[in-house]
Amino acid sequence: MGLSSFKRALWVFHIATGSCNGCDIEIVAALTPRYDVERFGIKLVGTPRHADVLLVTGPVTRPMAERLKRVYDQTPEPKAVVVVGGCGSTSGVFYDSYNVVGPVDKIVPVAAYVPGCPPRPEAIIHGVVTAVAKLEQLAGEKR
Amino acid sequence: MAETQNVYEIPIGPIHPALKEPIRFTFQVEGERIRGVDIRAGFAHRGIEFMAMKRNLIQTLYLSERICGICSISHPITITLAVERAAGIEVPPRAQYLRVIYSELERIHSHLLWAGVAAHELGFDTLLHLTWKVREQVLDLLEELSGNRIDYALPIYGGVRRDVSPEQTPKVEAMVRYYRGLLDELLDAFLRDPSVEARTRDVGILTSEEADSLCAVGPTARASGLSKDVRQDRPYLVYGELGVKAITPRDYGLEPRGDVYDKAVVRLLEVAQSLDLIETCLYEMPEGEITSFPKVPALLAYLKKVEGEGLGWHEAPRGEVIHYIRLEAGVEEPIVWKVKAPTYSNLMSWVPMFRDQEVADIPIIAASIDPCMCCMDRVHVVRDGSPATVLKEDLLRLSRAKTERMVGGSRLSASGPRSTAHGRRTTDNGQRTPDHGGGL
Repeated sequence: MGLSSFKRALWVFHIATGSCNGCDIEIVAALTPRYDVERFGIKLVGTPRHADVLLVTGPVTRPMAERLKRVYDQTPEPKAVVVVGGCGSTSGVFYDSYNVVGPVDKIVPVAAYVPGCPPRPEAIIHGVVTAVAKLEQLAGEKR
Repeated sequence: MAETQNVYEIPIGPIHPALKEPIRFTFQVEGERIRGVDIRAGFAHRGIEFMAMKRNLIQTLYLSERICGICSISHPITITLAVERAAGIEVPPRAQYLRVIYSELERIHSHLLWAGVAAHELGFDTLLHLTWKVREQVLDLLEELSGNRIDYALPIYGGVRRDVSPEQTPKVEAMVRYYRGLLDELLDAFLRDPSVEARTRDVGILTSEEADSLCAVGPTARASGLSKDVRQDRPYLVYGELGVKAITPRDYGLEPRGDVYDKAVVRLLEVAQSLDLIETCLYEMPEGEITSFPKVPALLAYLKKVEGEGLGWHEAPRGEVIHYIRLEAGVEEPIVWKVKAPTYSNLMSWVPMFRDQEVADIPIIAASIDPCMCCMDRVHVVRDGSPATVLKEDLLRLSRAKTERMVGGSRLSASGPRSTAHGRRTTDNGQRTPDHGGGL
């Protein structure tokens, strides 16, 4: 993996699909001075059209499924989806809800999972780096 | 709503960079001025109350923690209070003090989080980074005490799961000292900064009459000058002995106007109040057991035999949270579990707050009640294929009938309602109307 993953600045878009806020605040914590991912060029952007990585939190509720798909389609290639949190990865504690249609990989293809309820900011950063390394590896195979 | 050609609609959400959680606003805008707003909630609804009906009470406790990652002490404390009241479980004094310490720690982290988000919404990112940097101290302490930064799994029926050990006490003291030393700087950065003042003074005003009639709770109500705090009005745990007083802008020497600035005043002063409470608890806490059921299987076996209902209330960082639970003997799962989160009560405050404000002030006004959608989102009831629209008059009638029924059965008296309880309850229910698809 190494530092090659940080060759270009990664822009990240965060989408909450019915999460409990736990992962969401840890994502913000990763951006603020203690963890400070901006020093690696990882930056939260305001629109999926500018993003390289989609950070998806939450178990995907029924009304959000269609919107998640739309956001995924709006993100330009190459893109990677990182699921943050246990409920997005496996539905977690929400597995038997009538209003949850997830987990996220049922709706959009996922490059990396960050388990934890919620995962620590270090784990989220690691997840983003892993997803990008995977993307680069795939790009290398195609060439 | 477009009666005149000058009024047009701006939809915002459910996915929008200014919103951290999914919700949709439809603003009716005339030029730069907001003339009306319609709120559509429900995107984060996960059916938690329904899922609990298939899980035992310990699993429900973990589920309650995941109602909201920011209030992950408030919700478990409230459900434990409800269950303890239903089951007649005594909580050891030390556990009561510990619960107060944990919930005040949560208040500090939540209010600092809000302050950072508010600064971000104003375009003052330096302040966001500053507040979130200092917020890490309280998260470190919570991690030290609970083992996790968020979702602490601390309260359990009959007590708490972890004690503050003698080795940890100096760390708590150090945190209190750290924030005491910083408080003046924080007040300087937020309240004495001309740019923050210019953006928040007289923006998003909620008058005290509006706050009262809309049943706003928590800092939203207190910023409008209402002396409303569950810790003061209906003391629980050891809050009565601690003598908590509701904080309003008057404590800062200001006449309350109910604008965003006042909401910042209240939240920042509450950080100081929480520090005092933690310190007092730390020194006054008696030695002893931290739970009346050290073994979980024994607890579950006891709870399975319980028949009854209970109400729990707590002042979460965002305001009053209420849990109602009904248990039946021989059944492990709760029969009914009802959660009333603070944002649910505060949602309607948005309507007067947005009126005649500028479009550019939308993010800060939306953030000023510290909304928490995941706590709040409700399901829309459709019966026989048609959505049920319940008007406030109907609810009032239903509520009065219920009071009469309950006075007859004298069930409610066990949970000790205030004299105004049924009036408040009505309006709490009345706020359901927007969820039922009604226009505002």
